[in-house]
Amino acid sequence: MRFDKTEISLALVAIACVLFGFVSPGWLIFLLTIALAKALVVQGVVMQMRSGLVSFGQGLFYCIGGYTVGMGGQFFGIHDAIAALALGMAVAIVVAMILGLLLTRYRDIFFAMLSLAFSMILFGILVKSQGLGSTDGFNVHNWTVFGWAPETGADSQQTVFTMTVLAGLLIAVLIHRYTKAGIGVICEAVRENEVRVEYLGLSPRWLLYGNYVAAASVSALGGGLTALATGHVDPEMAYWTTSGEFIFIALLGGLGHVAAPFIAAIVFSVVRTYSIEFVPNTWQMILGFTLLGVIVFLPKGLWSLVSREKSGERT
Amino acid sequence: MTTILETRSLNKEFGAVIAAKDLNVQVAKGEVVGVIGSNGAGKTTFINMVTGYLKPTRGEILFNGKSILGHSPRAITRAGMARSFQVAQLFPDMSVIDNLIVALAAAESPRPSFLSPLRSDARIARAEEILAEFGIENYQNSKVTAVPQGARKLVDIAMALIGNPQMLLLDEPTSGVSMDEKTGLMDTVMNAVRQHGVTVLFVEHDMDVVERYVSRVLAFYSGEIIADGKPAAVLADNRVRDLVTGHRPTHKKGNGAS
Repeated sequence: MRFDKTEISLALVAIACVLFGFVSPGWLIFLLTIALAKALVVQGVVMQMRSGLVSFGQGLFYCIGGYTVGMGGQFFGIHDAIAALALGMAVAIVVAMILGLLLTRYRDIFFAMLSLAFSMILFGILVKSQGLGSTDGFNVHNWTVFGWAPETGADSQQTVFTMTVLAGLLIAVLIHRYTKAGIGVICEAVRENEVRVEYLGLSPRWLLYGNYVAAASVSALGGGLTALATGHVDPEMAYWTTSGEFIFIALLGGLGHVAAPFIAAIVFSVVRTYSIEFVPNTWQMILGFTLLGVIVFLPKGLWSLVSREKSGERT
Repeated sequence: MTTILETRSLNKEFGAVIAAKDLNVQVAKGEVVGVIGSNGAGKTTFINMVTGYLKPTRGEILFNGKSILGHSPRAITRAGMARSFQVAQLFPDMSVIDNLIVALAAAESPRPSFLSPLRSDARIARAEEILAEFGIENYQNSKVTAVPQGARKLVDIAMALIGNPQMLLLDEPTSGVSMDEKTGLMDTVMNAVRQHGVTVLFVEHDMDVVERYVSRVLAFYSGEIIADGKPAAVLADNRVRDLVTGHRPTHKKGNGAS
């Protein structure tokens, strides 16, 4: 298997991140873990944006990934983190395969609102489910990795951070290849001209369906990792503001590169953390101005700063 | 000769408007058929019905003797009938060569790969050959929005031909193209379709183009076919002259006729 420059760069950054994790304070590791896990969810949003669809309800799969990890340990004796994450992805794939049959019939705002509707239905079900802790959610059991149980606290934090970085690397490489592969490029072609795709003998609907299912699995992985990192899941994971956050990060990063969601998620996390720290009553306003600034000055997201630099373009 | 396309009593109604009325058309394999008619005569409606974009209100469509009525555009394309559009339907954010590479991948399989790169060496080489065949190799890496209208039309037609169709329907291939470019464009297209052995039906407003390139003409008026035959005969028909072409002198058939 051959790796291109982007994949090698991603691997080097991932190694640097893992090493950085060993010397960083716990609070920073935790923030980075959550940011990177959310970036995986955003990768799912971005995959769909490339095909011309904006999901206002990606929280659905974030929540499914998180709850499956939590429920796996709580009710089914699945304590292995890798198995639980894989199960979360599998459940998300099954749900996406069912919902996708309906959702991929719709485009534009109809797709966006319908995806949001399914996410809010899950939120409503979880809020009414006493056995799952209702609005409080429930804690995730102690977990193991291939039989090894990390000590709680710093050890566990370090382990989940490493897992998140490695999962992020794997997904980034796969998505990088996916965007250059037949389905990735043709999904972009669907966004540009669905009629032409149809008259090339392809089904735009089934292409979008495949893309939707793949995006769901990636987002569920992000949800599962968040559950492992926080040790807790609650219905807020499926709430519309959570999905809005993912769109915010997607717009912040742009669609230009597979690394953009990771960078944007870290920037988002830093802006939000410091906004809450220094202006606790107006942090939402700071986020709003940040998004406004990006949309006005960098409509293709933060990654356009890098791509401009590469192409020698100056503003 | 074997019939490749046949429509029987094809009708299309949009509410009270009758866009196509009892269209009975037979196209033989290897024919080059021109469709003429004023705006709103039902030419594009006919193409849209035959290629699955519009569902006829009544009637039957047979392609190679099999009904394709109610089939999706992609199923009809896969069956061997391709089309181009009045306004070239391309992928505007992509380069010319990438448009062709997408078409090549689509022609290879209806299920694109999840991980193999789309831009393989083999596809790039084939796309370059096609660009040379259509004389648009200079625009290879230009975005399709940055190339002239004539070149865009050629890319559109090249994409339709990539799947090796048995029949090609061209909706006004020379519309929006300057008078100087029309003959060059049509020569290129007709050379390509002859090489591929493709049956062609094309809608055209320019009677010089029709006379030069087609072996048979269908004249549409108000959703009906009012004349069907050799170009000289159809263009000399009084009803066609009154309702479609106006009173114009007929020209001698050029040497590009097939």
